[in-house]
Amino acid sequence: MKLFMFHLMPYADIDQKEAAKYPSVWVKFPNSNFDPVKGHALYNRYLDELELAAELGMDGVAVNEHHQNAYGIMPSPVVTAAALSRRVKTADIAILGSGFGLRENPLTLAEEHAMIDCITGGRLISGFVRGIGAEYHSMGVNPVTSLERHMEAHDLVVRAWTEPGPFEFTGKHYQFDYVNVWPRPFQKPHPRIWCPSQGSIETLEWTCHPSRKYVYAQAYSPFTAVSRYLNAYREIAEKKYGYTAASDRLAWNLPVYVADTDEKAMAEAKPHLEAMFNLFLSMPTEFLFPPGYTSRESLRRMMQTKGAVFGKSTGEGLVEKGIAIVGSPDTVRKRFTQYHKELGFGNVVALLHFGTLPADLTEKNIRMFCKEVLPALKPLDDKNYQGFEVGKVPAL
Amino acid sequence: MPMEQIVKVDNCNVHMSRDGKGPTLVYLHGANGPNPWTKWFEDLAQRFTVIAPDHPSFGRSDDAEWLEDIGDLAYFYLDFFKAMNLKDIHLVGHSMGGWLAAEIAIRSTERIKTLTLIAAAGLRVPGHAGVDIFLTPPQAMPPNVYVDPKLVEFMLQEMAKPKTEQELDNLIRIRTAAAKICWHPRLNNPQLARWLHRIDVPTHLIWGDSDRIIPPAHGDAYKKLIPHAKHTVIAQCGHGAMVEKPREMLDAVANFAMERV
Repeated sequence: MKLFMFHLMPYADIDQKEAAKYPSVWVKFPNSNFDPVKGHALYNRYLDELELAAELGMDGVAVNEHHQNAYGIMPSPVVTAAALSRRVKTADIAILGSGFGLRENPLTLAEEHAMIDCITGGRLISGFVRGIGAEYHSMGVNPVTSLERHMEAHDLVVRAWTEPGPFEFTGKHYQFDYVNVWPRPFQKPHPRIWCPSQGSIETLEWTCHPSRKYVYAQAYSPFTAVSRYLNAYREIAEKKYGYTAASDRLAWNLPVYVADTDEKAMAEAKPHLEAMFNLFLSMPTEFLFPPGYTSRESLRRMMQTKGAVFGKSTGEGLVEKGIAIVGSPDTVRKRFTQYHKELGFGNVVALLHFGTLPADLTEKNIRMFCKEVLPALKPLDDKNYQGFEVGKVPAL
Repeated sequence: MPMEQIVKVDNCNVHMSRDGKGPTLVYLHGANGPNPWTKWFEDLAQRFTVIAPDHPSFGRSDDAEWLEDIGDLAYFYLDFFKAMNLKDIHLVGHSMGGWLAAEIAIRSTERIKTLTLIAAAGLRVPGHAGVDIFLTPPQAMPPNVYVDPKLVEFMLQEMAKPKTEQELDNLIRIRTAAAKICWHPRLNNPQLARWLHRIDVPTHLIWGDSDRIIPPAHGDAYKKLIPHAKHTVIAQCGHGAMVEKPREMLDAVANFAMERV
């Protein structure tokens, strides 16, 4: 199993009283609430944390993209990945991901990812994400064509990385006369591609298509959902496309916190986990699901179960549902081993920092995870996996 | 009750409601979809042949694969008028439908007799953006649509009624189609202003003085760009003008058109 440390880089110094006056820390939470002096300290601290995790043996470090919000202050993960690229010597650097379709010109991202891949000698993982609903408000991009643009931007970028240029590209959303990206990426045929998702059948079917076989990463979901989606990947590969998906095509992305005892771990993690879900990730339906962003059917289902999307979470509830893993090294090792036995995922993308977790606890968490948990998880492979049976997966 | 009719134009089955006798009046609905056939429409049909199509991708009309922006819809309606052989049209549009009417008229007024824009979207008026229809929770919308607290209350009650799966699907479909056209730039086309001078038919701008969705400053902006237009402001009236002030709106719309038959 490969293990990554993921950072969202939240604006942890947020004035929570001020934030409470707004429906969400996305879209319209005034940027006067961002203090660049605190931002300076946070960015450097967060980069240090990722570098430490890489030094202590994580297979990779991961960053991602979010716009105009306090949840994650990396509007360009290319900047953070670039900052990491010279300090992180051997671990992979994963951008999970870039919103290629959110851009007016995805070629700029194709160029930048290729640069990082060259600088790092092929250690880049390129994540392709659509961005979340709120970002379609913030960036002025039409959510109705989000999926189409996402897929078209992907086709353009992969062709730009793999086909000799210059060539012409004629899409519905993007047209270019001269696609001729310099530099070409280091990896052949192109940087490894991952598709982080909150769970969508369209994304799954596209991701595991035989022409792609990209890594599917399920983020911040109850274990039942993780289980459904990761198994669905194997099921679709087997039944629809007629091949057996490798376990290294599956990733699980979740907050993880380790301390000496279960009680201590929960006491330390609880307020910060709750801040992640209840403060930073909380937003009204109009922000999260703009029209056309999801299929009509999924939106109708969400309207029928309104409020259930992001209700108030408790640290205990998050752990109980398997959205996060918190506990002593022994507990965390056992839970991962058990979950791996059931699902066989080949990658874990662990948020070893989340919400408002302070620097000292984050460092302690990284050190303890890398010392006490990592060595037990790395050897896990298909021999420790119960295996997959076609037809056993409940329908999505 | 109006007659329901379907016509196929540009490979899209378009549904329309039709009622009355007399000069042709085409009514273009707003982003919330086809209007219920209220007394306002019945009264209008006493004096005009009222034709109210559901826009492609809205209401009972087919999804239109080709629909990407307001310009597509404007060209579609030029084809629609031709296919229906409509002439001397009194073209009336409300909100997004008003914007659409203006977009049609800058392209061609050949079949248009008069143009009436009610609380029309379409222009960006710096400092006067209306309430964001995509960011505001539905339950917060009624006070932004009506001035009259009774109407606000009525709208809230209507919204609170449980919806069937079919009704929810329709709502989402309309919302998605509206987003396709209105999302960005929000409810406007930056190119529209520079071509409004092409409108060479009698034009009537009608605004509620308390419109919070497309504030009255947008009416003023249209007036500046179409100097020959008549500009009527209705007192104590919000965005939902035909519901809030049906009598005044009937007089304003019908008299202007009738005087120019």
